[in-house]
Amino acid sequence: MRSIVKEFPGVKALDGVTFDLYEGEFHSLVGENGAGKSTLMKTLSGVYPYGTYGGDIVIDGETRQFKTIRDSEKAGVAIIFQELSLVKELTVGENIFLGREPSKFGLINWSALYQKATRLLKDLRLPIDPRVPVGNLGIGQQQLVEIAKALSQNAKILVLDEPTAALTESEVETLFSILRDLKERGVGMIYISHKLDEVFQMSDRITVLRDGKTIGTEDAKNLTKDKVIARMVGREVGDIFPKTSHEFGETAMEVRNLTAYDLDNPDKKIVDDVSFKVRKGEVLGIAGLMGAGRSELLMSIFGAWQSRSSGEVLVEGRPVSIGSPSEAIKNGIGFVTEDRKRFGLLLEQPIVDNMSLAGLKKISGAFLTHRSRETVAAKGAMQSLKVKANSPMTVAGTLSGGNQQKVVLGKWLLTHPKVLFLDEPTRGIDVGAKQEIYSEINKLAKEGLAIVMVSSELPEVLGLSDRVIVLHEGKLTGEFTKTEATPEKVMAAATGNG
Amino acid sequence: MSEQEQSKGFKIETSSLRAYTMLGALILIWLFFHWQTGGTFLSSGNLSNLMLQTSVTGILAVGMLMLIVAGQIDLSVGSVLALAGGVAAIALTNWGYGLGVSILLAIAVGVAIGIIHGTLVAYGKIPAFIVTLGGLLAWRGAIKGVSHSETVSVADQTFKTFGQGLMTLGTGWGLGALAIAALLFFAFQRAKSQKDYGLGEADYKKELLKTILPIIAIVAFVVAMNSSGGVPVPVLIFLAVAIFGTFVTNSTTFGRYLYAIGGNSDAARLSGIDTKRNILKVYMLLGVLTGIAAIVFTARQGSATPDAGTLKELEAIAACVIGGASLMGGRGTVFGACLGALIMASLDNGMSLLNIRDFVQEIVKGAILVAAVGADMAGRKS
Repeated sequence: MRSIVKEFPGVKALDGVTFDLYEGEFHSLVGENGAGKSTLMKTLSGVYPYGTYGGDIVIDGETRQFKTIRDSEKAGVAIIFQELSLVKELTVGENIFLGREPSKFGLINWSALYQKATRLLKDLRLPIDPRVPVGNLGIGQQQLVEIAKALSQNAKILVLDEPTAALTESEVETLFSILRDLKERGVGMIYISHKLDEVFQMSDRITVLRDGKTIGTEDAKNLTKDKVIARMVGREVGDIFPKTSHEFGETAMEVRNLTAYDLDNPDKKIVDDVSFKVRKGEVLGIAGLMGAGRSELLMSIFGAWQSRSSGEVLVEGRPVSIGSPSEAIKNGIGFVTEDRKRFGLLLEQPIVDNMSLAGLKKISGAFLTHRSRETVAAKGAMQSLKVKANSPMTVAGTLSGGNQQKVVLGKWLLTHPKVLFLDEPTRGIDVGAKQEIYSEINKLAKEGLAIVMVSSELPEVLGLSDRVIVLHEGKLTGEFTKTEATPEKVMAAATGNG
Repeated sequence: MSEQEQSKGFKIETSSLRAYTMLGALILIWLFFHWQTGGTFLSSGNLSNLMLQTSVTGILAVGMLMLIVAGQIDLSVGSVLALAGGVAAIALTNWGYGLGVSILLAIAVGVAIGIIHGTLVAYGKIPAFIVTLGGLLAWRGAIKGVSHSETVSVADQTFKTFGQGLMTLGTGWGLGALAIAALLFFAFQRAKSQKDYGLGEADYKKELLKTILPIIAIVAFVVAMNSSGGVPVPVLIFLAVAIFGTFVTNSTTFGRYLYAIGGNSDAARLSGIDTKRNILKVYMLLGVLTGIAAIVFTARQGSATPDAGTLKELEAIAACVIGGASLMGGRGTVFGACLGALIMASLDNGMSLLNIRDFVQEIVKGAILVAAVGADMAGRKS
C-alpha cells in the first residue's frame, strides 16, 4: 500500500500511509484508537472502494482496484474484524461456505460441504465438529472458525483486528500456534492489537500509526515496548500504572457464601460459595480466565443476575437484601458493567441523559426531571473525568471508546456509591484513555471509595490492585496482597494449579 | 477520530432538522391542496374540520408514541376503542348509568386491557406484537358480543358535546391567551435557570425569539377556529392530551425511563430502572388515552358501532413513524407524532375534497408512509 490518503468530510483519516507485507510475514499494526488502523484495513479490503481514497494498493506486483469486498477476497485478502461475522444459528460448515456452498443443480450438496469443512478443520488441527451450530461454541472457537472460513477462500493475506480481545490465555495460545502454522505456509498476516505482549511475541515487524501517518516500520527485535508506546502516544510514558499507596479504612462491603447458578443449565454452579471483603480506599482485583464466573459474581451481588443465586451481602457491616439493581444502588453500590455498548450506554442519547440515568431520582427528583441540575452534574463529571466532547448534549454514540467508557464511569459516580464495581473498565480503549482511567481509579480509592475490579488483562489487575482474589470455575482459588501477587502465582491459581 | 469528528454536532442538528422537514412537508401539502381545491382547503371551516379529523388519531398517537419510544407496540387500539366506546354508550343508553359513570367505564375498560397487555408483555415475556395482535381480534369479538353486533345510539346531549361541541369565542381567546402566557413564562424560566445553575448568561432575547412562531400559530389557530363557530371540544381534548404527553416524555423521570428502555433495555435495567413495571405503566397510560379517544369518537358519531375504529391502530402507528419515531424504540417525540397525525388527516381531507376515489387515497397514504420513512433513513445515513 503506497501513500494511501483517505479523507472524510472535515478530517484526514489517512495521510499518506505506506505499508508493506512480505509472504509469510507477521506484521503488526499498532496505534491509539483513531490512529487510522481500521480505516487502512478497510481500504485494503474494498470496504472503501477504489476511487474514494488516494494512493495505490499493490498485491503481487499488480495495482489493484477493489470495488467491493468480494474483489479483495478474490485477490486473497481476508479480514477478521473485531466483531465476529458468523451466523450463530447456522452450523460451522454452513458458516465456512456461506455464499459459496458447493451445489449440484442449484441444490446444496451437503455431503460435499461437510466433507470439505471437515478436511479444512482437520488441516488446522481444530477439534470442532462442522455440524454444530456456531452459537454453541465458545467465543474462542468461533474466532478459529472465522479463520477457517478465511482460509477456505485461499487467503494469502490475513488481517486480524483485535482477535484476542475476548479470548482466554489458553485460547490465545491455540490461536497463535495456528497462526504460526499459517506463517509456515506463506500466509502474510497483518495483526492489529492493543496488547503489546502479543505483538512482541508474534511479530516479525511492527508498524506504528499515529494520527493517520506512519510513524515507522521496524523489525520487532530492534524495538521495545516502551519505544512502541512512546511512538504511539508521541511521548515517553513513565510507568503506566501510577504507584500510589492507599490508606484502608473499615470494611465497606462483605460478601458471604455467594453461589449463583448458570442461566441455561440451572443445576450448574457458575459461582460457587465465594466470600470476600473490600475495605474503604482499597482496590480489590478479581482475576480469572474467561468463564471463571467473575462478571457473574458481580452481577449476583448487584441483584442483576437473571438466574438463581444465594448468599449474604453486608454493606458497612449491615446485612442488606438486594433483589434488583435499584436496591443495590440504594445501598451504595455502583456497577460499571462490561461491554459499554451493550450494557452501559444509550448510544442515541446525549451524554447528559446517559450520565444522569442511574442517579436520576437523586439528581432531579422522584417524579420530575430537572434539565439544569442534570446538566450541571454532567458537566462536573465531564470535567473531572476529562471527557472530550463539545457539550453534554453530544450524542454518546459519536464519542470514541475511551470517552464512552468515561461517560459510563461518570454515570455511576453520580450515584455517589460507597462501593464501585468495575468490569473490564479499559477494554478496547486506547493507551492514553487507559492511563486516565487508571489515575481516576487511584484518585477514587484515595477519596475512600471501595473498588472491586474485574479485568482480563493481568498487568492491569496486578498494577492497580491492592489485593487480588482469583476465581477458577466459580471457586475462589487464591488471594494475594499487592506484594505477593506475581503473574505466575495468579495464573497458577486461575488455571486451578494454585 | 474520524467518526467522532464527522458526526459531532451534526447529529444534534438532525433532530430539529427533522421537525422542520416535517413542518415543511405539512405546509407543502396544505398549499398544494389549497391550490388544487381553489381555496377551499385553508378556509376556516375546513381547517376546523381538519382538526376534528385529527383529534381521535392524534390522541391515540400520543399514547402510541410513548409505547413505541419504550420499544413496544400495540396493534389493538382500534378494537379497544370500539369496546370502550361501546361499553360507555351501552351504559348510558341501555343500563341507565349517568354520564360520569359511563365515561369512567370507558376509561376503566382501556386501563384494564392495558394491564392485561402490559402484564403479558412485561412479566409473561410474550412479544408485544403477538399479545396485541391477539387483542386486536379478541377485543373486537368482545364488543360484538356485548352489543349483539348492533349499533347503540347515544341521545345524551352532554355526552355528545365531547365530540361535537364548540367552545364559546371568548373561551377560545381566553385559552389562547393562557397558552401564550405559559409559553412566555417557561421561556423566562429556561433563560433564568441557565444563569441560576451557572451554565451561562440568561439569554432572554434568544428564548423569547423562540416563542414567536408558536405564538403566531396559537393566534392563527384561535382566529381560524373562532371564525367557524369556535374551538371544537374534541380538538381541545386532543391538544390537552398532546401537552400532557409532551410533559410526560420531556419532563418526568418516567418519560426519561421510556427512552432508556427503548434505547437499550439492558443498560436501563442495570442502571436500576424497573423495566417491567415501566412497560406495564405505559400500557396502562395508552389504555387511559384509548378510553378518552373512544369517548370523543363515540360522541362525534352519536352512536357506537361494533366496527368502530377499525384500522385506527395502524393510523396511530403511521402517525408516530411519519413523525420520526423509530419502531426499534428509543427515538420519537410527541410533537412529531401529532404532526404525523395532522399530515395523515390532511391527506384524507384534501383528497376527499378533490373527490379522489377511496382506493387511490389508500394507495397514496400507504406510499407516503413508506416514502417518509425512506427519506428519514436516507437522511440519517449521510
